[in-house]
Amino acid sequence: MGEKLFVHGYEAVGRGTLNAGCLHFFGYPITPQNEITEFFANELPKRGGRFVQAESESASAAFVFGAAASGIRVITSTASPGWGLMQENLSHISFCELPAVVVNVQRGGPGQGTTRHAQTDYLSATRGGGQGGYKSIVLAPSSVQECHDLMQLAFYLADKYRILTVILADGILIQIAEYIDVKTLDYDPLPEKEWALKGAANKGGKYDWIHSTRGLIPPIYKDIILQIHDKYQKIIDSEVRYNTYKMDDAELIIISYGYVARCAEEAVNMARENGLKAGLLQPITLWPFPYKILKEKALQGCKFLVVEDSMGQMIEDVWLGVEDKSRVSFLGMESRHVSGELGMIFPETILEEVKKIL
Amino acid sequence: MSEEIKLENKKLVYAPTSYRLEFPSPACPGCGSMVACNIILDVLEELKIIDNSVVVIGVGCAGMGFFGTKMDMAMCSHGSSPTVASGIKHANFDAPIVFTIQGDGDCAAIGAGYLVNSAARGDKITVFMLNNTTYGTTGGQMAPTSLPNQVTTTTPEGRKGSVHGYPLHVPEMLASVKGVAYSARGSISNYANYKRTKKYVKKAFQKQIDNVGLSFVEILTSCPVNWHMEPVEALKWIDKEVVKEFPLGEYLDTDAIE
Repeated sequence: MGEKLFVHGYEAVGRGTLNAGCLHFFGYPITPQNEITEFFANELPKRGGRFVQAESESASAAFVFGAAASGIRVITSTASPGWGLMQENLSHISFCELPAVVVNVQRGGPGQGTTRHAQTDYLSATRGGGQGGYKSIVLAPSSVQECHDLMQLAFYLADKYRILTVILADGILIQIAEYIDVKTLDYDPLPEKEWALKGAANKGGKYDWIHSTRGLIPPIYKDIILQIHDKYQKIIDSEVRYNTYKMDDAELIIISYGYVARCAEEAVNMARENGLKAGLLQPITLWPFPYKILKEKALQGCKFLVVEDSMGQMIEDVWLGVEDKSRVSFLGMESRHVSGELGMIFPETILEEVKKIL
Repeated sequence: MSEEIKLENKKLVYAPTSYRLEFPSPACPGCGSMVACNIILDVLEELKIIDNSVVVIGVGCAGMGFFGTKMDMAMCSHGSSPTVASGIKHANFDAPIVFTIQGDGDCAAIGAGYLVNSAARGDKITVFMLNNTTYGTTGGQMAPTSLPNQVTTTTPEGRKGSVHGYPLHVPEMLASVKGVAYSARGSISNYANYKRTKKYVKKAFQKQIDNVGLSFVEILTSCPVNWHMEPVEALKWIDKEVVKEFPLGEYLDTDAIE
């Protein structure tokens, strides 16, 4: 049975990971997610797991490659500049179809940017951030509870599809505390990882090659790419997830994820008090993105307001869903309440925009 | 397959390992790296650890001798092999023997950061760096181990230290790193060196079996194609020129790290 705990986002990430049965973490210090790394440094050795502080995020991702190739559940966590550094090895992980989980606690970018929250890695995460054209499942928690639950979903989906799964969080979500139910979630049984590297003697003399030059030797390169993209299509067809709030009768649908979705939820409450029919669509999967529901709502005559803490990244996906069927407005980083790195998009600001549209 | 050799009245001196598949060799004729890989394969069999081993091959020619072996194998990005190997070791809670086969560019240029940090952590893995003083796969460019005055496609007038930098001596460097258990440099250039190198390889694996720390062996190999030499001439060039810059021997051999 689960227990009710008052925890920070970082601890929820940690407890969700432990509840998924993952005992291996490799990471490098970077703000604003150091508490995640420190959680695992404290908790894994007690449980017989392994924690290694790598010398860089490139190395964290290389560790993840090796551990994932050995068939165990493995995780690393980072923030935006480290996310950038990981991309080379994440591309290799993707081409080798290794199941692994990466948490990216977004901070302001580009470059070193800020050490605080932002949502400026959306396109990098959802388009496959590294070389070569690949996809990762991208999950976006918007509460501490979701930090805990989506970690478990992330490991399940990674194993189910042999794919890299990214948790795209932000600096605020990881640093706030809320009451959550801590419990192990049930998922369908998964196939054995018969391909895991552990030495032929440890698997009945069978040997496996997990190498990212697989395009160089038969089966030929094109077949591999087509097979991987068939898998992506299956994920698109069956894994789209989103939350809605007062969306059924809404004339204006706000689309937000992460901490901004919480502000947007409050803005919807305020709008309703003002008699304005606003609702919220909070994508859980940023890839695959919930295009279909957007198109349905657009055809019903709904208007859309994208609110994200960037200069406009998720709005590209909203455009793809809505096509030219309805109006899409945008509220982004320019609407932060102060211009320093602490600036946030407040519910009041969102409400003002809702009033302008409705 | 060639006709079976009749062994009557003949002593079997060497037979290729049964762990190699009938797989087209990706190496050029006369490639020294293949010889080095054969030494490692032979030692794995002699120590009876080959079925409990995972090989991580780097990007480049060096690991090609391990393409097509009946072993668990991984290959990730250029230079990252020690870290990938360490990930495999941790994931399996230290059970298998894990080692890397890397070229001098993979190991000492793009992978130098991975290697040094893996060594400093004392990762319980074995790293083999096959040094042919050039980038073989890409066509003979200057490597971190190219000799002074060596002509390569990117040093057409010869490597000049003040302009192009100086050769990197990896086993000497690693001998000063605390997490390292064993560090040596061998060569495949003649039979005596071949045998001596085999001893180094055996010792390096033993350090991992004994869980001491990272073990490292550099093996001087030839690249006849990019050196523009006949295979035998290339081997002689190792003994005549390469060993002047890269002396053979053991640089560190410790049974316990304090």
